[in-house]
Amino acid sequence: MVDQAVVQDATAKPAVRREGVERSDAEPVNKKELRSLYQKRVKIYPRLARGSFRRLKWIVMALTLGVYYVTPWLRWDRGLNAPDQAVLIDFPGRRFYFFFIEIWPQEVYYLTGLLILAAIGLFLVTSLAGRVWCGYTCPQTVWTDLFIAVERIVQGDRAARIRLDKMPWSANKAVRKAATHLAWLLIALGTGGAWVFYFADAPTLAGQLATFEAPAVAYLTIGTLTFTTYLLGGFAREQVCTYMCPWPRIQGGLLDEESLVITYHEDRGEPRGARKKGTAAAGLGDCVDCNQCVAVCPMGIDIRDGQQLECITCALCIDACDSVMDKVGLPRGLISYDTLANVERVRAGEKPRLRLARPRILVYAGIIVVVGLIMLFTLATRSDLDVSILRDRNPLFVTLSDGSIRNGYTVKIINKQHAPRVFALEAEGIDGARLDVVGNEVTADSLQVGPDSLESFRVFVAAPRAALDDDSLDLRFQVVDKRTGEKVSYDSVFRGPQ
Amino acid sequence: MAHNKEVDQVSGTETTGHEWDGIKELNTPLPRWWLWTFYACCLWAAAYWVVMPAWPLISSHTTGVLGYSSRAQLAKSMDTARAAQGQYLERIQSASLEQIADDRQLLDFAMAGGGSAFAVNCSQCHGLGAAGSTGFPNLNDDDWIWGGDLEAISQTIHYGIRSEHADTRFNMMPAFGTDQILDRAQIDDVAEYVLSLSSSASDPAAAERGQAVFVEQCSACHMEDGKGSQELGAPNLTDAIWLYGGDKAAVVATITSSRSGMMPAWTGRLDETTIKQLAVYVHSLGGGQ
Repeated sequence: MVDQAVVQDATAKPAVRREGVERSDAEPVNKKELRSLYQKRVKIYPRLARGSFRRLKWIVMALTLGVYYVTPWLRWDRGLNAPDQAVLIDFPGRRFYFFFIEIWPQEVYYLTGLLILAAIGLFLVTSLAGRVWCGYTCPQTVWTDLFIAVERIVQGDRAARIRLDKMPWSANKAVRKAATHLAWLLIALGTGGAWVFYFADAPTLAGQLATFEAPAVAYLTIGTLTFTTYLLGGFAREQVCTYMCPWPRIQGGLLDEESLVITYHEDRGEPRGARKKGTAAAGLGDCVDCNQCVAVCPMGIDIRDGQQLECITCALCIDACDSVMDKVGLPRGLISYDTLANVERVRAGEKPRLRLARPRILVYAGIIVVVGLIMLFTLATRSDLDVSILRDRNPLFVTLSDGSIRNGYTVKIINKQHAPRVFALEAEGIDGARLDVVGNEVTADSLQVGPDSLESFRVFVAAPRAALDDDSLDLRFQVVDKRTGEKVSYDSVFRGPQ
Repeated sequence: MAHNKEVDQVSGTETTGHEWDGIKELNTPLPRWWLWTFYACCLWAAAYWVVMPAWPLISSHTTGVLGYSSRAQLAKSMDTARAAQGQYLERIQSASLEQIADDRQLLDFAMAGGGSAFAVNCSQCHGLGAAGSTGFPNLNDDDWIWGGDLEAISQTIHYGIRSEHADTRFNMMPAFGTDQILDRAQIDDVAEYVLSLSSSASDPAAAERGQAVFVEQCSACHMEDGKGSQELGAPNLTDAIWLYGGDKAAVVATITSSRSGMMPAWTGRLDETTIKQLAVYVHSLGGGQ
């Protein structure tokens, strides 16, 4: 396929052919001379690269897409009264299910923790090895890569696609173009279609979607995501990274001279120029100026211009360059993951080395460990019984006919188990205090709370005047699970006259 | 644009020519599709003026061809809420007060509905927390002048106390001083006796003299033991709760000039289901019998 592509490339425009290596006529889209007030998008025709990074990218694509499409269909048995979907964001029920974890709305701090971990994780990886996220796992990159693969399968590689675009409309061109867009639309539809399964029981929703009985919002979501996937993966592509995404701007502050980035070894490559195979060209560096690094670049840039905003560090230029180096019999690694500091070191005649234990790396790793431990601790000690007690403030207290003082409380018991539970409520701290719960069927020693729900009780505590030696006394409520004996305490106060 | 283009050496981008402390602004070219997006937004805005309410006029505004109105939307959601309440209101209408109090769902609904009706109609006198004040009964406690079970509360809300309704609860305590039924010394003695009934500080000798007067003048309503009668609306004088204050001056003032608080009748003003919810709410405040 590659050889054929080379031939096609050559037929697209007669390029200067050197022995063994094809010089591509690819040009960087952000070339200085081309800049004007408004920048027209120059369509990029990335050529297929072959090598270890391309293989890695295929594997990452398979993994990320696999996780995205398969996850909603995984089942997880939670017993009765609960959904059996492993990962489910249940908006109407106000729950988030993630395998053995179940999160209530008041526990969004787990989400905060996850976001902190994600952000710091991104910082850590970026300061270690540049925009790994952008180059390998970002959905924009993965889907664009997939769309380009579709394009390549239907229309051929770079040269064939350029030729097809230049050729006048014909049945062949129309069929190929239509097939490409149809495949893109199907992928886009699948993307939007998979998204909604995270928010409802997947098999049920799939059935509803097929019989047009699903809620309108499901179709709307699928429609929107189909459109954005089609637009961003098929047309906007590198424009998203260059103009819409804030990450390329942020990364500048996260990189330092010891971060691994895609590096063109200028000292080795320059001055660039073509030479005969196997001969050491006099006065020339190792770069044979074949432009293959530009031809494979999905961002359409020339890595030899140095680090630039547009580079998503997908490493495809490394693959392209390495195979050319193999062909011309020069050592690999003219373009490779390296640090700016190493470039300086080599220039100064020192040995290149990696400094991983830099202060920012240690700080990021430290934050990740600390936040991770806190989250693990809270998750491990998470109680499935929550109690919240609110004391009446109006009236502060009520004098009863026998002179005793009464306070009112609203007791909320949250039962996070999937079975109904019965609790006993006790109050400690005041001698002779009596508990009374509003409602004819309810008593303080049998408070029933349904499965996976919150129950609110009005509770009155009355204490004899003689037992009150202050206008504010500590009162401790105990909520006890009558079956297991599990106990939760809640400290409140009891107010009385001065 | 071709004149005096200064190009930044590092980025190769033309500068705007503006300079602040040696920092120059790059004139980075905008992607053309961005420009088209901007034009599309302008079109969107223009279409919005046509479709949605947008421009203020002198006495009204343009309504837009879609006829959208946030007030109409509010009215719609209010209707939806009312429809959702409808099923509960129907059940409350057909249920007895006891049935409402026994049904957890209806009780919760009545407590919420009664609470908001109370805040609108009753809190002016009884207070937002229903704790009342001097002359206005505290509805949280367990002392009831006219009875504190569901029926009695419901009747009080329906017809009021000393109201203009024919079925109102009504009684009248004589003004013993103003009408010269008792002289000052007798009133003072009775006051001492009344205070002694609830174990408040009192003069034992005066209280003993007052007891005779009490039996003669007061026990018809307040009963011989001073515990009053809910049928007659005569307050219990032996407990710790005083509607008009429990110090001697307040008691003397009550005996001398009488008291006659007034509560309006709510039947006709509030519908039956609201009164039911109010009764259940007041009953559930903690003192219901």
